[in-house]
Amino acid sequence: MVLFALRRLGFSLFTLLIVSFAVYVIFAILPFDPAALTCGQKCNDIIVEANRVRLGYDKPLLIQYWLFLTGIFFGRQYGVGQAAFTCPAPSFGYSFNENECVTDILKDTLPVTISLAVGALILWVTVGVTLGVIAAKFRGRVPDTASSVFVLLGTSLPTFVTGLVLLIWVSIKWKIVPLTLTGYVSFLDNPIGALKYFILPWITLAIAYAALYTRFTRAAVLETMSEDYVRTARAKGLDERTILFKHTLRAVLAPITTMAGLDFAGLIGGAIITETIFNLPGLGRLTLRSVYEFDLSVVVATTILAATVVIVMNLIVDMFYAVLDPRVRVQ
Amino acid sequence: MNEILSVEHLKVSFPTDDGLVRAVDDVSFTLNEGETVAIVGESGSGKTVTSLSIMDLHNRRAAQVSGSIKIRDGANVVDVVSATVEETRSLRGRVVSMIFQDPMSSLHPYYKISNQLCESYLVHHPRQKKEALDRAISMLDLVGIPQPDKRVHDYPHQFSGGMRQRVMIAMALMNDPKVLIADEPTTALDVTVQAQILNLLGEMQKQFHMGIVLITHDLGVVAQVSDRVNVMYAGKIVESGPVDDIFYKPLAPYTLGLLNSIPRAGDKKSGRLSAIAGQPPSMINLPKGCSFAPRCEFKEKVSGGRCISEMPELEGISEGHRARCHLDEKERQKLFPTLAVK
Repeated sequence: MVLFALRRLGFSLFTLLIVSFAVYVIFAILPFDPAALTCGQKCNDIIVEANRVRLGYDKPLLIQYWLFLTGIFFGRQYGVGQAAFTCPAPSFGYSFNENECVTDILKDTLPVTISLAVGALILWVTVGVTLGVIAAKFRGRVPDTASSVFVLLGTSLPTFVTGLVLLIWVSIKWKIVPLTLTGYVSFLDNPIGALKYFILPWITLAIAYAALYTRFTRAAVLETMSEDYVRTARAKGLDERTILFKHTLRAVLAPITTMAGLDFAGLIGGAIITETIFNLPGLGRLTLRSVYEFDLSVVVATTILAATVVIVMNLIVDMFYAVLDPRVRVQ
Repeated sequence: MNEILSVEHLKVSFPTDDGLVRAVDDVSFTLNEGETVAIVGESGSGKTVTSLSIMDLHNRRAAQVSGSIKIRDGANVVDVVSATVEETRSLRGRVVSMIFQDPMSSLHPYYKISNQLCESYLVHHPRQKKEALDRAISMLDLVGIPQPDKRVHDYPHQFSGGMRQRVMIAMALMNDPKVLIADEPTTALDVTVQAQILNLLGEMQKQFHMGIVLITHDLGVVAQVSDRVNVMYAGKIVESGPVDDIFYKPLAPYTLGLLNSIPRAGDKKSGRLSAIAGQPPSMINLPKGCSFAPRCEFKEKVSGGRCISEMPELEGISEGHRARCHLDEKERQKLFPTLAVK
């Protein structure tokens, strides 16, 4: 088990290395000059060249990548003498548009996205699995039909519609929760305020995912209920509750965990639409803005971060799967 | 003889979009203590539906069940067909147990054997965890699992197919049931393992003095272990009698066809395997007369086309030996070859 975990970990690190290199190379060979973007209207060649040297864009690509990599572990110093400044480890570069180390920008945005994703995840898994189980249990009857209406709406309404509807009615017309368009409230500072701040974005995201999870859970529960081992459980004289919760749901849990882990990872990469609608200063909006502004170091950093989260979540899901399913455990 | 199970005029049908499927139509048989009754038939003949009805394992919304299935539970007799869900649940696993065809998929892959065995005991003996585990280990020992005190803590995937079927048998016997329904218990197993499992079932039957309902399509298995046989075709019992009578003096053409389809070594006459011509009928549109008539080679021998127009009754021809066939006894003795099977 430990060996299995270590091997997976090593493989994940290797994958990350490849991904980061690919991302770095792709952005480095794009046909525009990152140094030219570092100064505003009063630009001239001297400033551009000075910045190019300061940021290391004058060096060969491989050296640049090496500096980027070492920066992650040891921090990085830009320029020399008076004008020199450092981004301490872990450094993902320096953003000239923001005049800030990328790491500091990430530190501000990441908590927003994580709060958004975690809350939405809890909401959609709870709602989706519950509705799915109810639909399967009452197959062909009113609760099943009602849940399929929900599934249809949830999967067909885009988040910008549900998001805007919620924003306009719940926030603006009925004033039940405050507008999120003004300043972000952290969970660490003000949990109640943060709850109010995040509730609508959570619901917006959760509706779409919950619909998918309802459909998936319903199908998985129905399939499992026709398994031979569930018939065995029934033949033992177990009550329906034990059959549902112990024998059926246990088997359904494994694929749902996999799905949830990967969907969560995807969200960390940026719930761009939801963050934009509710004006949440998260990773998705940061990526979007950086792409518009050609803020390369930020784009590289967010892309690598998203890839890291996907790889790490894959690893966690695999480990968790081994915990859930004894057949997967390596002897 | 002590009758512990009696099925009378059992009818099970399933409404579908295409019409009513009459899976089991007027089936009656009894089972005594310590006796093995086989139900033989091809796929779709209603044998598994019958066994699931005895266990009340049909979805009560989907299946329409009528007739009666009386099971003796101590001093009481419970009719499974009219009993409440809770009443039949209390019988399942305690008075009537079942083992299934595929031991690979009948055990829950995520739980240890100990958990699954103890669960069978605990559901009918609440809060006796210590006794449950002791019982589980001694049952595993009884069914021939080596090192039962260690293996009880293994997962199903750590056992081979034959071993898993032993575990299933141990699980079915956790509460010392009076009736064991074995639904094709050896079909999914290797031939060498089949004999072991059948012997084990026989030993367990002697030890626990239970009645066994053996569901199978394998006549070899039937000959080996059963006392009485019911042959089913298209939802009905077409022949019923002691095992020797069925094998040596079959009365129904369908039984004869089944016996003739057993390939025998040394039978080099034609070089082809003999089979019953045609296909089993659709259970939605059964023929008006005898269900077997379209495939029956003797239907012309009955005067007035009765085979096509009239379903024969299950009639006693000799003591305890009954069959559905319009052929009269003289005609039958002339037509049916003398058999020397077994």
